[in-house]
Amino acid sequence: MAKSPFKRYSGFSLLRNALSNHRRWPRAWRDPEPRKSYDVIIVGAGGHGLATAYYLAKLHGVKNIAVLEKGWLGGGNTGRNTTIVRSNYMLDGNANFYEHSLKLWEGLSKELNYNVMFSQRGVLNLAHSDSEMESFAIRGNAMRLNGIDAELLLPDQIRQMVPHLDCSQSTRYPIFGGLLQERGGTARHDAVAWGYARGADALGVDIIQNCEVSGIRVKDNRVVGVDTNRGSIDAPKVGLAVAGNSGRLAAMAGLKLPIESHVLQAMVTEPLKPIIHTVVTSGASHVYINQTDKGEVLFGGDLDLYNSYAQRGNLPRIEYVVQSVLTLFPCLRRVRLMRTWGGVMDMSMDGSPIIGKLPIDGMYFNGGWCYGGFKATPGSGWCFAHTIANDEPHELNKALSLERFETGALLDEKGSGAFAFSH
Amino acid sequence: MLLIPCPWCGKRAQTEFTYRGDATVERPDLADSDSQWYDYVYTRDNPRGEHTEWWHHTGGCRKWFKVRRNTWTHEVISSEPPVRD
Repeated sequence: MAKSPFKRYSGFSLLRNALSNHRRWPRAWRDPEPRKSYDVIIVGAGGHGLATAYYLAKLHGVKNIAVLEKGWLGGGNTGRNTTIVRSNYMLDGNANFYEHSLKLWEGLSKELNYNVMFSQRGVLNLAHSDSEMESFAIRGNAMRLNGIDAELLLPDQIRQMVPHLDCSQSTRYPIFGGLLQERGGTARHDAVAWGYARGADALGVDIIQNCEVSGIRVKDNRVVGVDTNRGSIDAPKVGLAVAGNSGRLAAMAGLKLPIESHVLQAMVTEPLKPIIHTVVTSGASHVYINQTDKGEVLFGGDLDLYNSYAQRGNLPRIEYVVQSVLTLFPCLRRVRLMRTWGGVMDMSMDGSPIIGKLPIDGMYFNGGWCYGGFKATPGSGWCFAHTIANDEPHELNKALSLERFETGALLDEKGSGAFAFSH
Repeated sequence: MLLIPCPWCGKRAQTEFTYRGDATVERPDLADSDSQWYDYVYTRDNPRGEHTEWWHHTGGCRKWFKVRRNTWTHEVISSEPPVRD
């Protein structure tokens, strides 16, 4: 198998390439032609698909893996999220999975020999009422029982931690306290896709971009391959990791999923000097804010709240999100928005993801990530690879099965019911 | 800003409305199978393209109606009162 000229990135390689005027850096991954058949095909070269391919090759010794991508790698939700990483979940089925993911994040740059700029700057959820503080205490305790760090903060502690936050009593939603996960933070989202792509490619995985799947071939309830705009490719195992397009891919195999696609927007301001040193979120107006390493204040809010496959949203939601941010940080009032964009969320009916087998033999599904796919990237790939390699889920993603909707073992963190957009 | 055509009030800004989702799912009979109920409660066609959906004119006449809208282009095609097809 043709392997890419994988060269470790190091201080020494930086020096050596500097001496040759940076003309001799090897390319980070190949651009191969698709072969006739593979052992495993992963559809979708976002963070999840690439991580899956990486762990399949690295941990499960699977050779002949292809990752098919209709556009360019990392061009979907991997490059559109607000880069937040956390594991502050209450239900065991979610908490253990996301905590595993967070632990993988903690060693990811080293694992991939690629700086994903993981910064454990803390994730702070603000509470705006006594009852919200009580629910945070319950969640924090549940997290600590699962061995996850959580700390309940009082307004004075929050004022010291985030001095620019409006902690006064005169604001629209006065702050009663908050729940802090110190080990949470942010990462450079593109670098995660690039790091996994480079790592997978070095292990012999074919990453095939501009290759759109147009059909899934199934024979006697067993998958045999996929049709693409670059020809038919055979494989006994096909894994889907296509986020917002999950419904369309499943329909190609004649399946219907408990998922709706919705557009979620995010936006950044012009760059500022560092003023927000942690991730701040507020459930009262549903907004989450952090400051990027470039200095832009990056934030997002709620869905546009109608089914959508458009990777762009609408102005009423932007206005609402901006108002919410200004309620918390009035000091940003004169700052200009630089850019807004949208991504298509695969909203599941209970707000939790699905990693597991589909009712067709050899087909596996990874989706339903709602707002929270980015933080799950390493854990999702790790569990999905295990599920594909062993044809059964790992203990960590057993609860995330598709069957839970039929059996009733839902993972509805908020208890908000079977409406995709309410999660 | 989407303009949603309320069958009674005419075109109004989307901010006057509440969205409820796919209007093609039909509630099964109580005696129907678990799998029919599973489909009704959870699974959706989730098309990229034309979609028939429930909207409520919350900030207006407070009536429910069906809108046919393209989920890819956001083009609003038609609307009708909540009648059975």
